[in-house]
Amino acid sequence: MSTTASTPPAGAAAQVIRPRGPGAFRRFSRHRLAALSLVLILSLTLACIIVPPLLPFSDTEIDIMQRFASPFTGPHLLGTDPLGRDTLARLLMAGRISLSVGFSAMAISMVIGIAVGLYAGFYGGRIGAILMRFVDAMLCFPSIFLLLAISAFLQPSVGSIIMLIAATSWMEVARLVEAQIRALRARDFAVAARAIGASDRRVMFRELLPNAVAPIVVAATLNVAHAILAESYISFLGYGIQPPTPSWGNMLENAQSYLTSAPWLAIIPGAAITLAVTGFNFIGDGLRDALDPRQEAR
Amino acid sequence: MEADTVLEVRNFSVSFGILPAVRDVSFSLKPGETLALVGESGSGKSVTSLGILKLTPPAPFCRIEGQALLRTRKGDVVDLVTASADAMRGLRGREAAMIFQEPMTSLNPVHPVGAQVGEALRFHQGLSKRAALAQAAELLDLVGIPDARRRLGAFPHELSGGMRQRVMIALALACEPVLLIADEPTTALDVTIQAQILELLQRLQQRTKMGVLFITHNLGVVAEIADRVMVMYAGRVVEQAPVRRLFHAPLMPYTRGLLRSVPRPDFSGAEQPPLEAIPGSVPDPLAPPPGCSFSPRCGHFAPGLCDSVSPPLSVAEPDHLVRCARWADVAGAA
Amino acid sequence: MSGYVVRRLGQSLVLLLMVSMIGFAILHLAPGGPLSQFAAGGDMTQEDLDRIAVQLGLDRPLPLQYVEWLWRMLQGDWGRSYRDQQPVLHIIGSHIGATLELMLTSTLVAMMIGAWVGILGAIRRYSIFDSLATIGAMVALSIPTFWFGLVVIYVFSVGLEWLPAGNRYTIGDESLLDRLHHLIGPCMVLALVSTAVWSRYMRSSMLDVINQDYIRTARSKGLPERRILLNHAVRNALLPMITITGLHLPALLSGALVTETVFTWPGMGRLFLDSISYRDYPVVMGILVFTSVMVLAGSLIADLLYSIADPRMGAPG
Repeated sequence: MSTTASTPPAGAAAQVIRPRGPGAFRRFSRHRLAALSLVLILSLTLACIIVPPLLPFSDTEIDIMQRFASPFTGPHLLGTDPLGRDTLARLLMAGRISLSVGFSAMAISMVIGIAVGLYAGFYGGRIGAILMRFVDAMLCFPSIFLLLAISAFLQPSVGSIIMLIAATSWMEVARLVEAQIRALRARDFAVAARAIGASDRRVMFRELLPNAVAPIVVAATLNVAHAILAESYISFLGYGIQPPTPSWGNMLENAQSYLTSAPWLAIIPGAAITLAVTGFNFIGDGLRDALDPRQEAR
Repeated sequence: MEADTVLEVRNFSVSFGILPAVRDVSFSLKPGETLALVGESGSGKSVTSLGILKLTPPAPFCRIEGQALLRTRKGDVVDLVTASADAMRGLRGREAAMIFQEPMTSLNPVHPVGAQVGEALRFHQGLSKRAALAQAAELLDLVGIPDARRRLGAFPHELSGGMRQRVMIALALACEPVLLIADEPTTALDVTIQAQILELLQRLQQRTKMGVLFITHNLGVVAEIADRVMVMYAGRVVEQAPVRRLFHAPLMPYTRGLLRSVPRPDFSGAEQPPLEAIPGSVPDPLAPPPGCSFSPRCGHFAPGLCDSVSPPLSVAEPDHLVRCARWADVAGAA
Repeated sequence: MSGYVVRRLGQSLVLLLMVSMIGFAILHLAPGGPLSQFAAGGDMTQEDLDRIAVQLGLDRPLPLQYVEWLWRMLQGDWGRSYRDQQPVLHIIGSHIGATLELMLTSTLVAMMIGAWVGILGAIRRYSIFDSLATIGAMVALSIPTFWFGLVVIYVFSVGLEWLPAGNRYTIGDESLLDRLHHLIGPCMVLALVSTAVWSRYMRSSMLDVINQDYIRTARSKGLPERRILLNHAVRNALLPMITITGLHLPALLSGALVTETVFTWPGMGRLFLDSISYRDYPVVMGILVFTSVMVLAGSLIADLLYSIADPRMGAPG
C-alpha cells in the first residue's frame, strides 16, 4: 500500500479493489459488452458474406405482385419493399456494401492521418505547423456539410464515396498521431536511437510508431463506426451509394414516405446500422481499456 | 475516557479491501497537547488521520474498526467510528478540523478564499454570508495574512504557498475546534515558511487549547513542535514516548535507525553522529514478513524470536511504549 | 488575460483564412468547377461557356480569383443564388433563425438531462444506473440521427398522433404553443447525441473533481453532502463542459441538417440540401463557409467564456 498524504484515498482504494490483470486480452474480455460486440460484428459480417446466395430471393429481383409484404407473414422473412424486392436479401447485400465502405474508408483515412501526423509530429517545423493548421481548419467544417458539398461534384460510386468519407475523416487520427509522436520523440529511447545514427525513417517506423499503436488501433475501430454512419447519412440524403446498389443508408432513402404503410422499411435497415455502429463503438471502448490501462479507471 | 482528554483512540484499524493500512492503533491526546505521528510514506500515518475523521472512502471500499472517542466542547463524548454520517458532518469543522499537506490543491480554485473560510461558520454557527465574511477577515488577520479584509475576494492561485496554508489554517480553526489534525502541513513549503507556519500553529494552540495531532515524516519539525511522539511502521505503532525521551533514549531499532538517518536537530555540529540509512525497504502490505514487520531490516534481528510472533506493545516506562521483542537488550546495547 | 484574447483571436483569423481557402478550393478545383452549372443545361455552346467564364472572371489565375472572392466575402458580397438571384447572405439570414432555435433548445435539453445523468453516474459510480447510463450514451451516439427522427415520427406522429410530423408551425396558426408543439420532435431528435456527449464528459469531469483535495477539504469542514457536490464539485466539473460544448458545435450543426431534413424544418440545413440538388453553388459555398465561421466563432466564444469562468485563467502567464 503506497498511501502517501498526496495520494487521493479513493484512487488508492480503486487500485486495491480492481487489480490490473496482466494480459490485454483478459482486460478486453472482461468488458463483456465489447466481447459481445465483437461476436455480433463477426456474425453480421459472416452473414452478409455467406447468406445472400442461400436465400430464395436475390436483392434485385423485382416482384410487383409481392409489393409491401409485411415481415414474418409470407415467404419474405423481413417483408418486401415498394418494388417487391426481398428486404432480407437487400439488407445483407447492403451490409456488404456498407461494411466494406466502413472498412475501406477507415483504412484510407488511417493511412492519410498517420502519414500527416507522423510527418508533422516528427519533423514539426513550418510544414508540420501548416499541416496541423490545415487539420484544424478541416475540423471547422461540420462533417455532413463537407461531405455533401463535395459529393455534389462527384459521380457517386462506391469508390468515390469511400474516398470522400476517407477525405473527411482523417483529421482526428492525424491530430492523435501527431501528439503521440511529438511526445514520444523527446523520450529517451528515440533520442538514443538517433544518437546511434538510425535513419529518420527507421526511428519513425521502428521506434516511434509501434509505441503509438494502442491509440491508433482504438481510433481505427471508432473510425469504422464513423464511416458506416457517414455513408448512411449521405446515402439517406441521396448523395451516397446510388440504387439499385443497396446500402443501409439508401434503403432508408424513401422509407419516410412509407412510414405509415410500411414502417419496417425504415426500422429494419436503421436497426442494422445502429447495431453495427454500436458494436464498433463498444469494441473501440473495450480496446481502449485493454490497450491503455492508464485510462482504465474512467 | 479520562476527564482531561480530547481524543482517545483505541484499537483503531483501517483496511482497504483485504489490505490492512492501519492496525490496532491506540493513543490519547490532551487539550493543548501536540502529539506527533511519525513514519515513512506508507506507514499508515495519513490513513490514521483521515480515518479518525472518516475522510477515507466510504464503507465497502474502506473499513474502520476500533474506537475514536472525541470529547466535544460541551463535554459530551462521541465515538467517531460509530457516529452517523450526519453526526460526523456536525463534528467536522466544528469540533475536529484538519489541515492538509498541499495548500495548492486543498483550496477550491474557483471560490474566493474569504467565502471558503467563512463557509464552515455559516453551516455550523448559522452566520449570514456577511457575518461569516466579517469573521473570515478576522481569522485571516489572526493567521497573519496582511491586509486581510482586502484578501477576502482573492482566489487561491493569487496567493503564495505559505499564504495559502495560512488560509487553510484559518479555515480549519474558524469554529475553534477542540481537535486539530495537521497532515504534513509544512512538507510542501519552503524551510523559512515552514518555521513561520509552525510558530503560528503553536501560537494558536496556546490561545485555543486545542489538541493537535501532527502528522509528519520530518524529525526536525517533531523536535520543534511535539510534546509526545508516536512512531508508526507498516501500519502499526512501534514506539510512543515524550519527545525528549524519544530523541535521547529510543528503544525500537526502527526509531533508532530513523534518528540516525537524518541530522539530529538537538545536537550541534560537533556532536553530530555520522548519518546512516536503514537498509532494505518497507514491506509489501499484502505479503508481510512473519513476526515483527521490521525484522528483515533490523540490526538486532534474532532468528526464531523476531520472525515467529509479532511482538506486543510493551511498557518500558509508564509513558514509554515500544513494540519490540528485544527492547531490553537493545536498550542495554546502547 | 487580454494577451490571451489577442492570441486566440489571431489563431482564429489564421484558421478563418485556411477555411476560406479550403472552401474556395472545393468550389474551383472540383471537376467542372463553377461553370458546370451552366454546362449542365446542355443548350450552351463552348463560345457561350467561354464568354460566361470571362464574365465571371473564371479565366484568370486561381490565386487572383481567390483574393477577389475573399475580398468580396469580407465586404459582405457572398454572391447571388443561381436560383432566384437573391443575395446569398440574405438567403442564409432568412434560414438561420430556425436552425438556431433548434440548436439552442436541444442544447438546453441536452445540458439539463446530460449533466444530471453524468453527475449521478459519477457519484454512484459502477451502480446499475451508471452502467445503464454509460451503455445508453454509447447506443445514443451510434444511432443515425435521421433514423431516430423516423422512429420518433413513427411513434409520436403516426402511432400516438401526439406530435406533428414536420414543419415549424401550422400554416395560419403561428402561436407560441403551436411552435413549441412543432419543436418537440426535432428538438428531441437533435438532443439525443448532445445528451449522450454531455453525460459522458460530465461523468468523467465529475470523477476527476471528486478525487481532488479541495473536495476532501470541503468534507473536513463538515458541509452537507449536497453543498459539497453542488457548490464545490459540480461548479468545478462544469468548467471543462464549456469547452466541450464548443467542440461539439460541428457535430450539432451536422445533426441539425439531418434533423431539419427529416422534419421538413425550414432551416439552414434544408436550404443547404435544396441548394445542392439545384447545384446552386454560391449558396452551397456560402453556407459551407458560414457554418465553419460559426464553428470558429463558437470555439472562440467557448474559450473566452472559459477564461471568464475559471479565475485561474486570469493569472499572469
